[in-house]
Amino acid sequence: MAALLQVSGLHASYGLTRVLHGIDFAMDEGTITTLLGANGAGKTTTLRALCGMVKTQGQVRFSGERIDGKAPEDIVRKGIAHVPDGRGTFVNLTTEENLRLGAYTRRDRGAVEADLERVYGYFPRLKERHTQQAGTLSGGEQQMLAVSRALMLRPRLMLLDEPSFGLAPLIVRELFEILRTVNAKEKVSMLVVEQNAAMALELADHAYLIETGRVVLSGTTGEIKSNDAVRRSYLGY
Amino acid sequence: MIVVALVLLAACMLPFVVSNYRTFQFTLALVYAIALLGLNMLTGYNGQISLGHGAFYAIGAYTAAILMDQYGVPYWATIPAAAVVCLIAGFLFGLPALRLEGLYLALATFALAVSLPALLKYHHLEQWTGGVQGIVLLKPDAPFGLPLNPDQWLYFFTLAITVLMFVLAWNILRGRMGHAMVAIRDQHIAAEAMGIHTAMVKSMTFGISAMYTGIAGALGAIAIQFVAPDSFNIFVSIMLLVGVVIGGLASISGAIYGALFIQFVPNIADAISKAAPWAIFGIFLLGFVYVMPMGIAGAVRMAVARLTRKAQNQAAKP
Amino acid sequence: MQELLHQVLAGLATGGIYASLALALVMIYQATHLVNFAQGEMAMFATYLAWSLINAGMPYWPAFLLTVVLAFVLGVVIERVIIRPVENAPVLAVVVVFIALLVILNSVTGWIYSYTIKSFPSPFPAEPIFGQYVTSHQGGAIGVTLVVLLLLFLFFRYTPLGLAMRAAAQNPDSARLVGIRVGWMLALGWGLAAAVGGVAGMMVAPIVFLDPNMMGGVLLYAFAAALVGGIDNPAGAVFGGFLVGVLENLLGAFVIGNELKLAVALVLIIGVLVVKPSGFFGKVLVTRV
Repeated sequence: MAALLQVSGLHASYGLTRVLHGIDFAMDEGTITTLLGANGAGKTTTLRALCGMVKTQGQVRFSGERIDGKAPEDIVRKGIAHVPDGRGTFVNLTTEENLRLGAYTRRDRGAVEADLERVYGYFPRLKERHTQQAGTLSGGEQQMLAVSRALMLRPRLMLLDEPSFGLAPLIVRELFEILRTVNAKEKVSMLVVEQNAAMALELADHAYLIETGRVVLSGTTGEIKSNDAVRRSYLGY
Repeated sequence: MIVVALVLLAACMLPFVVSNYRTFQFTLALVYAIALLGLNMLTGYNGQISLGHGAFYAIGAYTAAILMDQYGVPYWATIPAAAVVCLIAGFLFGLPALRLEGLYLALATFALAVSLPALLKYHHLEQWTGGVQGIVLLKPDAPFGLPLNPDQWLYFFTLAITVLMFVLAWNILRGRMGHAMVAIRDQHIAAEAMGIHTAMVKSMTFGISAMYTGIAGALGAIAIQFVAPDSFNIFVSIMLLVGVVIGGLASISGAIYGALFIQFVPNIADAISKAAPWAIFGIFLLGFVYVMPMGIAGAVRMAVARLTRKAQNQAAKP
Repeated sequence: MQELLHQVLAGLATGGIYASLALALVMIYQATHLVNFAQGEMAMFATYLAWSLINAGMPYWPAFLLTVVLAFVLGVVIERVIIRPVENAPVLAVVVVFIALLVILNSVTGWIYSYTIKSFPSPFPAEPIFGQYVTSHQGGAIGVTLVVLLLLFLFFRYTPLGLAMRAAAQNPDSARLVGIRVGWMLALGWGLAAAVGGVAGMMVAPIVFLDPNMMGGVLLYAFAAALVGGIDNPAGAVFGGFLVGVLENLLGAFVIGNELKLAVALVLIIGVLVVKPSGFFGKVLVTRV
């Protein structure tokens, strides 16, 4: 079976500064994969490169089809939803308007209404706040909103950029629990970038370690967890 | 340095090789260069947008005209007077305008430019301003029996003042004041934290900028020998802004390029199409902005950088 | 007292026109953070198109609707062809492009139609139908303005496209990530702004008569209205439009006469802005250091 996402030799730069020096990795449909690495290793850039937000060289195949070089708005239409760092909230719109925007590219109006209820089912707090301006939500609620907005696309693949960033541990646990449920029930594949390596390894099936723009280690989460270097540098025990 | 000397030499030769009318046009270009330099200090270096510098141009022009017409002051003495009047006017206008930023300042200055002609026409001021009719002036002759006709003399007179003003601007901009202006444009909070008196610097910049434009206005009035409210409509302010942007923001030489543009491109446009000259002018504007978004000075800077890099590469090769 | 009422109503009529144009400015400002100085000339040009259609024998209202459509297309084309290339240019370079657009439209109109003043018909009857204090055209203009404002409100509030346009204006990066074609939203915004401006032009033309320079003063008042209301707030801009209209009329009628009206109105507006720098309803800008 072909991989859902196949990345080979991915380079990216901001202006004259190279950030990615040939990233290779792959993930299968239905799995959760995590990219680990220190600050500035190129994790966020990798996600941005996948959805066309930065100029790249190299190949990105999504279920066999080349998507590198396409614009973000076209990549979304293939079924890839991005939960960006900083959450990308439309702060002046209401919670519900934010969610409806997630389904902007879909034409099945009736199913969108049903999906609205579905995500409210995962995050009842968003339902309580559905007419509230999204900018007034708490950080945790905005992260839930960002995840929900991505779910409204009914994506095949979700890219999550530091979903735990700035959140209280309890809320992180809750959020990751829901991500696991979504993955199991709806077969949504996920690519998660995290600094909180322990949490990410608990969630994911596979992991890749990125250092200064290259993949230096890969394997199942079990293998990665037992790697001494990873344990010392990223897990701290 | 060599370039500056060559340009100056060419500028001195000019009136002896072209017609009197062309000389007069170049005199006006010099006048605009002074005005643009003033506006560039405010907009380019200090980051405050003014859509109303035509007003200071008009104040300078009327100061000179009224002094000459009513009080018989010699033309050369009206220049410092216009400078002082506009310095004060600009400083005072700059004080309340300090609270306004970006678009709001643009509107305030725009309002100034729109209201000034109405004020100049106002019948209670008519005994000085001449109302709608304006004031007619006499063209000065060359002094000390110099073998120059009035157009040539006025050209050299203007050129001398232009050089003086450019040297002054160069000194201001590379000194403390200039650094403070740029610091406020780029990081006004940090500038304040570093102990720059933001309000004072901004008002002073407004004053100096208005002074430059006022001097230009006075020279322009002497050269054209006529002032009237309707020749200082909002159009003058807009042309000055266009000149600054096309010439190149935050660049001293940009003032000269911009001045040549606003003086000669309308004539060229008129020669191309008598029916819709301003449409042609607009197309010129679009073309310049598309090709040189950083202005002519910006394009020149980039071209020079590219050439020197090429030369260095060549020199580096054995 | 009657005179006062009359002047206030007349002010509301012109104020509605300022409000429409101010709204057009705000729509483009929200998406690009720029004030389109050519908005008035675009409206003027659309009004000339309407004049041509009516003179060719088309009845008023079909000509009105067709003009709105044409103005919309004109707006979209201008954004795609003229504004697009300077998307990433410095702010003042874009301002110069607006100025270029202004002089081109003005000059081309003068060339096609000449600079002589033309009268423009009002769709409303000559005899008063809204009572003695207001002419039919004034009453009708207020009505048309309100309908336009209502339609815009409904569009932006309740349609997916309106929502997408708002999203694209406030957070282009996120908008692209949910699949919105931000460039086209911008072009649509220009189209809508041009259409609204066209309506304003057709409403003001019977009052000020048709000539290539007719929108200069109107644009200035609209600009002031938008700033007084808060340039990032559509409702504020509408309020500002009505306020400026009434203020202008009262000043002209009772205080200073028409000679200095423009100047004094502007000075008052600037007075307001000095006290309340972001307008009555604008967001106060807080800069993070």
